[in-house]
Amino acid sequence: MRPAGAATKGRRMATEAQGSEGGGLVFHPMDQFMVKPLFGDGAVGMFTLTNVTLWMVLAVAATFALLVLGTSKREIVPGRTQSIAELAYDFIRKMVEDVAGKDALPFFPYIMTLFMFIVFANFLGLLPMAFTTTSHIAVTAVLAMLVFVTVTVVGFVRHGAGFLSLFWVSSAPLPLRPVLALIEVISYFVRPVSHSIRLAGNMMAGHAVVKVFAAFAPMIALSVGVGILVTPLSILAITAIYALEVLVAFIQAYVFTILTCVYLRDALHPHH
Amino acid sequence: MEGDIVQMGAYIGAGLACMGMGGAAMGVGNVAGNFLAGALRNPSAAGGQTATLFIGIAFAEALGIFSFLVALLLMFAV
Amino acid sequence: MASEAKAAESASGLPQLDFSTFGNQIFWLAVALVVLYFILSRIALPRIAAVLAERQGTITNDLAAADDLKARAVEAEEAYKKALAEASAEAQKIIAETKAAIREDLDRANAEADAEIKAKTAEGEKKIADIRAGALDAVRDVAKDVTAELVASMGQKADGRSVTAAVNARMKG
Repeated sequence: MRPAGAATKGRRMATEAQGSEGGGLVFHPMDQFMVKPLFGDGAVGMFTLTNVTLWMVLAVAATFALLVLGTSKREIVPGRTQSIAELAYDFIRKMVEDVAGKDALPFFPYIMTLFMFIVFANFLGLLPMAFTTTSHIAVTAVLAMLVFVTVTVVGFVRHGAGFLSLFWVSSAPLPLRPVLALIEVISYFVRPVSHSIRLAGNMMAGHAVVKVFAAFAPMIALSVGVGILVTPLSILAITAIYALEVLVAFIQAYVFTILTCVYLRDALHPHH
Repeated sequence: MEGDIVQMGAYIGAGLACMGMGGAAMGVGNVAGNFLAGALRNPSAAGGQTATLFIGIAFAEALGIFSFLVALLLMFAV
Repeated sequence: MASEAKAAESASGLPQLDFSTFGNQIFWLAVALVVLYFILSRIALPRIAAVLAERQGTITNDLAAADDLKARAVEAEEAYKKALAEASAEAQKIIAETKAAIREDLDRANAEADAEIKAKTAEGEKKIADIRAGALDAVRDVAKDVTAELVASMGQKADGRSVTAAVNARMKG
């Protein structure tokens, strides 16, 4: 038994880091991702109200505010909020039409739901003290599996066994086809993995890097000589990384959505 | 003592895994650079290919994220 | 022993791999997604689609109205040009008529003036002739008288008839 190690390995790492930095710097880059109950300090059950609940509800509320309250006036000449709502609508609709094809339009509300949820979860997660729901593999895995199951079901419902021609590259020379089919099958099943880990990993990495730089920022309080150089640099780095994260928050939502469209196109038109 | 060696191995492994991110960086740079080179030769066709650009970047980047994930797993989960 | 410790470590090490919270996250994610899907598919997207369609309709109508107005403007311009050309032609006509009338009046006035001048000239000539005739008679009388007086002063009695004959002869010559 190792009671100390079993308690928190992360904490132990933090003390080690403190030791090597020679001061009271506190490194807890992963603590921001902890799922905690909103009220009390008990265990996290299935239906406990947690910070996950809070920030998901906020994402839904933000989407509601933008797309429903923002367009409630139904103006012919749109105001600022309505313009943004229409921009988002046009953006995703055009993406679905261009990438997945006209016959994918019935899936437009579904894809729009994914996009709005991810983009607002990402942006709300950038607020200080916020919890980023999309940085959790459990969340993104569900999102990716939803897409994977939808695409597979749609493919088989639309084309039956013909959907399997997705894996049989008929433009390749015949001896190569079985090899390519194996690769295609593997890549097909890796899709939900990369799809979910890309989003969660990007969010997690960016936020953790910000936290690491943030841990260096109070250096000047410990040692003026070192801190006078390190503190401004780390604040500058936080600013730069934060700007990059704003970009990444949008790009990852965009990439998740466009990959959903690409997979959907494969399901609707499996023939290469 | 035994645990320390395991931990040392895990940390070294995590550091090694991070080298994979360099590959992802080269891949993303390659995609973006080639897109820019092509876009400058034929700017009129560039607008329609931004979606392809982002898909390419996403695929290249996913592999770097995988190595990052391996590093995290080694540090926290092994 | 070691495996138990490992499980506990992984639970506290990386929050993303803490499987005890997965049920909670997945449950709330499902709730959020379902709510969001119904908000979007029932309220937001149909409304935005309606607004966009309405705007498209308004734009189309406005463009048609603009085309109509443009055609009307072209029509009005042509009518204006036509009216201008007509007015110009009318003005030319009136100018020509007026010129002709003025020329006629002028000609008539000229002719009248000419006639009057001729009449006046003729009258004047006649008067001059009368005066000249009168002057000749007077000269003859004077010459007769002077001759008679001259003859008388020369001490002789002048014969009236011979004097008259002599004067007349002289006057003719």
